[in-house]
Amino acid sequence: MRGVFDIVGPVMIGPSSSHTAGAVRLGLMAGKILGEKAVKAEINLHGSFAQTYRGHGTDKAIIAGVLGFLPDDERIRDALILAKREGLDYSFQPVNLDGAHPNTAVIYLIGVTGRVARIRGASIGGGNILISNINGYEVELTGQYPALITIHRDKPGVITQVTNILSRYEMNIAFMHVSRQNRGETAMMIIELDDVLPEDVVEECRQVYEVENAFHIPAI
Amino acid sequence: MINFNSIAELIALAEEKNLPVHAFVIAREMHTSQRSREALVEEMQRNWQVMKESIQRGIQNEEHSISGLTGGDARRIYAQRNTSYAGSAAMEAAAYAVGISEVNAVMGKIVACPTAGSCGIVPAVLFAAASQKKAAEEQIVEALFTAAGIGMVIEQNASIAGAAGGCQAECGSAAGMAAGALVELAGGTPEMVGQGVALAIKNLLGLACDPVAGLVEVPCVKRNGFAAVHAMVAADMALAGVKSVIPVDEVIEAMNRIGRALPRSLRETSEGGLAVTATAKRIEERLYGKKS
Repeated sequence: MRGVFDIVGPVMIGPSSSHTAGAVRLGLMAGKILGEKAVKAEINLHGSFAQTYRGHGTDKAIIAGVLGFLPDDERIRDALILAKREGLDYSFQPVNLDGAHPNTAVIYLIGVTGRVARIRGASIGGGNILISNINGYEVELTGQYPALITIHRDKPGVITQVTNILSRYEMNIAFMHVSRQNRGETAMMIIELDDVLPEDVVEECRQVYEVENAFHIPAI
Repeated sequence: MINFNSIAELIALAEEKNLPVHAFVIAREMHTSQRSREALVEEMQRNWQVMKESIQRGIQNEEHSISGLTGGDARRIYAQRNTSYAGSAAMEAAAYAVGISEVNAVMGKIVACPTAGSCGIVPAVLFAAASQKKAAEEQIVEALFTAAGIGMVIEQNASIAGAAGGCQAECGSAAGMAAGALVELAGGTPEMVGQGVALAIKNLLGLACDPVAGLVEVPCVKRNGFAAVHAMVAADMALAGVKSVIPVDEVIEAMNRIGRALPRSLRETSEGGLAVTATAKRIEERLYGKKS
């Protein structure tokens, strides 16, 4: 059974928990994964998102999330205007993604220093989301927990080294997911934790020889 | 640990300890979230504050939604409250509920209760009751926990999502939550709380979710107003001693069964019911252009 504030709550900007509140969280997640101010956003919308995004303000909601607004921020309705003012160039394109959840968005962001992020995620109801792909890696990320993401070489022992660091800081792992594109090449690991992740931990993970990059996605 | 998996179990706990239902909803939440009573009450007070702000904004609202389909009706209903057939309490509740839903439709701030599409019902009846019966703020906040407990059981044993169970799962559940909260607020017994929930849900069983153009507007906004009045009548019946022949948990079971039997076209897909009427099709064409 879920909790009291899942039923009387959340506080949110309407009109739809899945088409608006969940869409803000998808944008927010994309922005966090990019990790810097976005200057360009290309967004593909599938299914019900593609059909009803204007009426539900899904476009405003996703852009609001990219700008870092939370689902209860009253600036969401003005997000498209605010994006222009912030120098964020955006576009929306309806697409057909075979077999995808009806409320799926693919968000491609370019940051101010040229970093890019491409995430694919769905708004799965009640404002909850599920990110299924980050930069080409298959993942399962809900944003309900603080997460540590590592990009590393697909070699034996890397996972142990990273989890040893977490263990030293007494951080409990709630969920863990490892994926790669090809054996021995680059792999991605997502570790969802019960507690907030200190920056020291992330820095130590970056020091692991095979780890190319490690970053922290806070719970949203 | 205090736990309940049905309304009957929740009522049994309350009767055994001779305490109101909300006490056990709070106790369970304290355990599962590892938070203090004060922290939980404070968060609920914040939610109630947002609800009240959405009511004030709603009854003054003249703004139309992006689609242009809704806006301004709460104000009309509120203006009519003293010359109405239904009486001022019912018309106020209807105006508040429609108002909150209009605020939702213009991308304003609301509290999902249990969903955004049914967000007007519970706050509307509690606000109307507070002004009629002069209930203290503290009691209203406690009644919101009662409403939450009822909603938690419904979600576990049936559904609160229109996509899964039709509108009976959204506005029907909200009406049940609202009726139960009202009964407790008026000093009804835990058993009467259960009767209120049963009566309110029973009379909304089978309700389709067929929103025009896929938007949370038609029939959702006005239906929130009707369901609020409906919840008040259910609470009054329960307080008068009326009993549902079918016990509340069996009513929730029936809701679940009916939800599963509803065709996909009546579960938030906008492929049936009101959503495929000639007028709805014209609206859809105006908003989205011709379907390819």
